[in-house]
Amino acid sequence: MKILWNTFLAAALVLSAGAKEIKLLNVSYDPTRELYTEYNAAFTKYLKAKTGDDVVVSQSHGGSGKQAQSVINGLEADVVTLALAYDIDAISTQAKLLPADWQQRLPNDSTPYTSTIVFLVRKGNPKNIKDWDDLVKKSVSVVAPNPKTSGGARWAYLAAYADALEKNHHDDAAARDFIKQLYKNVPVLDSGARGATVTFAKNGIGDALLAWENEAHLALKEFGTNNFDIVTPPLSILAEPPVAVVDKNARRHHTTETANEYLKYLYSDEGQEIAAKNFYRPRNAEIAKKYAANFTDLKLVTLNDEFGSWAKAQQTHFADGGVFDQIFQPQN
Amino acid sequence: MAKQRISGKKIRVLPGFKLTLGFTLFYLGLIVLIPLGAVFWKATSLTWADFWHTVTMPTAMASYRLTFGASFFAALVNVVFGLVVAWVLVRYEFFGKRIVDALVDLPFALPTAVAGITLATLYSQNGWIGKLLLPLGLKVANTQLGVFIALTFIGLPFIVRTVQPILEDLDPELEEAASSLGANRWQVFSRVILPMLTPALLTGFALAFARALGEYGSVIFIAGNIPMKTQITPVIIMGELDMFDYGKATAIAVVMLVFSFALLLTINVLQWWTNRYNTHNLA
Repeated sequence: MKILWNTFLAAALVLSAGAKEIKLLNVSYDPTRELYTEYNAAFTKYLKAKTGDDVVVSQSHGGSGKQAQSVINGLEADVVTLALAYDIDAISTQAKLLPADWQQRLPNDSTPYTSTIVFLVRKGNPKNIKDWDDLVKKSVSVVAPNPKTSGGARWAYLAAYADALEKNHHDDAAARDFIKQLYKNVPVLDSGARGATVTFAKNGIGDALLAWENEAHLALKEFGTNNFDIVTPPLSILAEPPVAVVDKNARRHHTTETANEYLKYLYSDEGQEIAAKNFYRPRNAEIAKKYAANFTDLKLVTLNDEFGSWAKAQQTHFADGGVFDQIFQPQN
Repeated sequence: MAKQRISGKKIRVLPGFKLTLGFTLFYLGLIVLIPLGAVFWKATSLTWADFWHTVTMPTAMASYRLTFGASFFAALVNVVFGLVVAWVLVRYEFFGKRIVDALVDLPFALPTAVAGITLATLYSQNGWIGKLLLPLGLKVANTQLGVFIALTFIGLPFIVRTVQPILEDLDPELEEAASSLGANRWQVFSRVILPMLTPALLTGFALAFARALGEYGSVIFIAGNIPMKTQITPVIIMGELDMFDYGKATAIAVVMLVFSFALLLTINVLQWWTNRYNTHNLA
């Protein structure tokens, strides 16, 4: 036994002399927990084979906005993988930890995978919910998180709004009417996507849940396929959760190279497959074809086409006194 | 509770008044005043017009009404039932008393999010209690009633724990004396017991009330958080933070702080006043 132990120690010493141990912190949002657990293991193996270095990637998860705040307030993230570009923009403008053009540094606007917003409904779809229009019917109750506190909720709101714009020849007033009716049907505005899933799935509230596509699949896994169905509407938004190296933190930790490698590998075949397996839509067309069974075809519109930019959408819709606030204010 | 007033030269029991006062001020400054000062400082990043616009926006106004209203009534209900619980725990011996006594503290110890999720599960339409209330037309989860229930839950120990020691010190002979002088039960309670408990009840009320004002975790799960209806002020503050509007978030926080401080000060004055009244009348 002792001999075995000594050999082990000697081996460890030899190994540690040649290779470095690198630590990375990936600060991410809520529903990516499963995705990055799998991806980190794959990346560790990949880097070991390529450079011989041992990398330990830690993950931190929470609401996207809150995670961005933590990084602004000094959480030492080497990379951030958040729900929307607006949150990484905030890290750039408020704490100057990465340059303003961070989104141009990686392919596809730095979003290696995409997602969209779908409906989770009760088994058999008793209220026959197929499209966004069905959600504003008087008899339907919808659960959605609060766009002011949740990144996913902002995508859901914008998906509904985009659909109304498309159906009404881009008539903004009609779209506002629609969004008003939709949120009048929402009895609970949870602060985050996970909370909304629990409200819908566990507490039995609502006929439909507006959810991230990957979160909806996860809910099926978690709460059983005999309780819920996923309904993919004919049109939804292309949700782009971007990734970025936090330059200043990585430089201080001497991890810039590994951090860059970490994000680039998300675009590799293996990275794309892991994303697809976790119900994120891969950018790579080949991999997307291979996992076509995971994703229903639909028309996807982009934020930039429908709303211009995050800054604009934020200003018009979610800022104080914006369209979202007006929904709840008494008419006068 | 006996207070001795010695006219003329003040005699202090503990030495080192200056040192302890200095320490008190330093400690309060470090732990309380500096963080609170920072809140005020951050709020000054807004212009006065912006500040006023933010703190008076309709969603914020509605949330103050709900937060202060529900906190007030929850604390009030706890004064009544907390007193009953304290009374039972002090005056009676029964099987399992120690366990009941320990149960009272649970709302202190339970993480508020756990409390919130538990309450939401119980009172939702599928939950054990929610199911029973639904036929009566009573909805608790995702209504203002839900907010009130969560705040009542977290406030209970404050009343019980402040009233209990006073009740223990209360000499039953006083009550016997009152009855032998011809007072009926109500008179004994209202003229003898209640006046002596009032300062403690006020303290308990103030603590429960203050605790409820700042409560976040247990409420958000049961409230539904619909703007203008069931959204408490801390949720609005979180919303501002999530949109990186630190100035606006602190502006609303300042409003809460100022109102809370004014209310607590009023209660303290009231307590001081009843205390004086008691010592004066009972001496």
